[in-house]
Amino acid sequence: MKYFYLVWKSLWRKKIRTLLTMMSVFVAFLLFGLLSALNQVFDGATDVASAQRLITLDKVSIINALPSAYLTRIRAIPGVTEVTHADWFGGYFQDPRNQFAQFPVDPETYLAIYPELKLPADQREKWQRTRDGIVVGRDLVETYGWSIGDRIPLYSSIWTNKDGGQVWDFEVTGIFDNDDPRGNTQFILIQYDYFDEGRAFGQGTMGWFVLSIDSAGGAASISNQIDTQFANSPNQTKTVTEAAFAESFIGQYGNIALIITLILTAVFFTILLVAGNTMAQSVRERIPELAVLKTLGFEDRSVLGIVLAESTFVMLLGGTLGLLAAWFIANVAGPSFIPLPGFYLDVAALLTGLGYIVLAGIAAGIFPALRAMRLTIIDALARV
Amino acid sequence: MSWLQQIFAVTALNLRNIPQRLGASVVAIFGVAAVVGVFAGVLSMANGFKKTMVAAGAEDTAVILRAGATGEMASAVSNEQIQIISTSPGVRSGASGPEVSGELYVVVDVDKKSTNEPANVPLRGVQLGAFGIRDNLSIVEGRTFETGKNELVAGRSAQRQFKGLEVGDRIPFGVTEWTVVGAFEDNGSVSESELWADVRVIQAAYRRGNTYQTVRAKLQSPAAIADLRAALDADPRLDVDVVNEREFYSQQSEAMTNLISYIGYPLTILMAIGAVFGALNTMYSSISARAKEIATLRAIGFRPLSILVSVVVESGVLAIIGGLLGGGLAWLFLNGYTVSTLNAASFSQVVFDFAVSGELLMQGLVAAVIIGLIGGLFPAIRAVRIPVTTALREL
Repeated sequence: MKYFYLVWKSLWRKKIRTLLTMMSVFVAFLLFGLLSALNQVFDGATDVASAQRLITLDKVSIINALPSAYLTRIRAIPGVTEVTHADWFGGYFQDPRNQFAQFPVDPETYLAIYPELKLPADQREKWQRTRDGIVVGRDLVETYGWSIGDRIPLYSSIWTNKDGGQVWDFEVTGIFDNDDPRGNTQFILIQYDYFDEGRAFGQGTMGWFVLSIDSAGGAASISNQIDTQFANSPNQTKTVTEAAFAESFIGQYGNIALIITLILTAVFFTILLVAGNTMAQSVRERIPELAVLKTLGFEDRSVLGIVLAESTFVMLLGGTLGLLAAWFIANVAGPSFIPLPGFYLDVAALLTGLGYIVLAGIAAGIFPALRAMRLTIIDALARV
Repeated sequence: MSWLQQIFAVTALNLRNIPQRLGASVVAIFGVAAVVGVFAGVLSMANGFKKTMVAAGAEDTAVILRAGATGEMASAVSNEQIQIISTSPGVRSGASGPEVSGELYVVVDVDKKSTNEPANVPLRGVQLGAFGIRDNLSIVEGRTFETGKNELVAGRSAQRQFKGLEVGDRIPFGVTEWTVVGAFEDNGSVSESELWADVRVIQAAYRRGNTYQTVRAKLQSPAAIADLRAALDADPRLDVDVVNEREFYSQQSEAMTNLISYIGYPLTILMAIGAVFGALNTMYSSISARAKEIATLRAIGFRPLSILVSVVVESGVLAIIGGLLGGGLAWLFLNGYTVSTLNAASFSQVVFDFAVSGELLMQGLVAAVIIGLIGGLFPAIRAVRIPVTTALREL
């Protein structure tokens, strides 16, 4: 630490160069942070998905609905502690661009199976009492500026109601949060009974079932029992853990996520390489000065330390600020800025970023530093 | 010497000296190459996706959906409504009557070759008229399905991306087994991602009664869509949207291309900022290494403007080399690369190729030139502002 002043001084020897290098590092780690958050969008659904919850859906295609009678038959299977169901409403608000998910569900069992969804007790009661009541996720409320008591029309592109129209009227009776900050709250829950009685076709069917089970160990055997039970019916089922379902669904987006990740990783390293090269160059230019330091009696190790400290410091300052900016964009400015569900920078990603910062600082400094350490005074001074 | 000659002389001197500053120059080139490469790479995805979707659309084909439906899957049209549409004005008639096809669009789980995981592959039930309505579509292997049988024909792209779709393969969907009897091509469009079968069989398998989701009608001319729309709007038995097929597919691709663009453009800007810093750094060190040389030139009578231009041109040349390199690499490695993804608008898989178009490469080069100019301008101003005496005295 006693050499800090020396490091500080040599750092600002060329102000503009140091500032520019720091800014490139800043950009590189801002990119790194945003990329990690973007990865959360693709992987996050898998991370927050539970292995304790199973999903039963139609075997042929996810778009086929199942008979509601399956509900009680699934509940009767030993090991199943609770069953609920959901449908896909397929609606939008005012403009087809304003698309988000809406699920007609049974309020009581749905909230029991998804305990991470937090809805105040009074709002929950109000919702259960209001037939056309809906509860709205926090992120959506922020995007559209709704509040409790508002009446909002949703246009369903799938479900015609009994009047022959596509517009369904709802009252906002509650706003829910998600315990897990990575969790998605960009959706609306609708009362199934109201939906089922109101729709012109498909009555008595349910889109898919969600069930919680005793222990994760039994998941395979329970899903087997369910699927065997319906094997000879016209609606065969496929039961998988929620985690497996999320993974396979995200997998459908295929190589796209992988390609974006690969490209951006390449960019991240390119920017670091550019910055690192500049730093190395700045050391090379000062070789005579380093020789003078040695002449004055600085040990080889101290010279090594000074050069390394300099490069690490540039990376730390630029990189940390970059990560902070990414954190701000993803987690604070958040959903109103980038409307992707699950766009979130978690602590693990921040720590990984910090690790890269230190690594990059050492990588950029180590070769010039070693060279500075091995320098013989005579040779170095002779080069002037 | 005139000032123009001066500019040429100094610029040529600068450019010839680049090899002496090879390290720094290569880094600057590399930075710009990364920007242009990524820009072209990411946006070629959006471009290819859109191209594949729009290629399926014809101007003289009308797609008729239930009013407000956001996609084929969300639409519904009854058999009676199809009869009304067939006899409406604007619809072209062929040898076997009006060229109209009622279609059902569902998805089935088929394993993807690359992941071995099930994916939503579109299965389209069509009436035989569908083949005549698509101008570019043709069976290239095997034969078409026989009506009333569990037979299907697979698009070429679908065959390449998903398992068990070769001609002669048998594939189970639920309790019924289907036979792949043929393969079709359609100009590389989104239709090639689909499986086709007799609409009657799909209606039965998916318990849709005698209903359809969409109707495609061949028009007498692209302009005839107005007549058809007016007639259908006026008919109280129908509540439908009529769009031309090209426009329909363009809407279907919008969400996906927007998403990629929303990721691609900000990223490019961010990276471009990083590359500007790189270029600035390179040029600052380039002029500071040559401070004495520049001062000498000015001392013997070269104007500041000539020196300024020469520095900017040097940085511009480096950036253009970088831009060509990055764009070239993107074109070499990514153009034509085939992937498949889930299109949220149709809730089904679309197989498409990356398309690094000339337009994208031009945009990338423009970005490179801007980076080069900004990266050169500030150091150039600095170079001409240092007093000659100070620069000459410096070691």
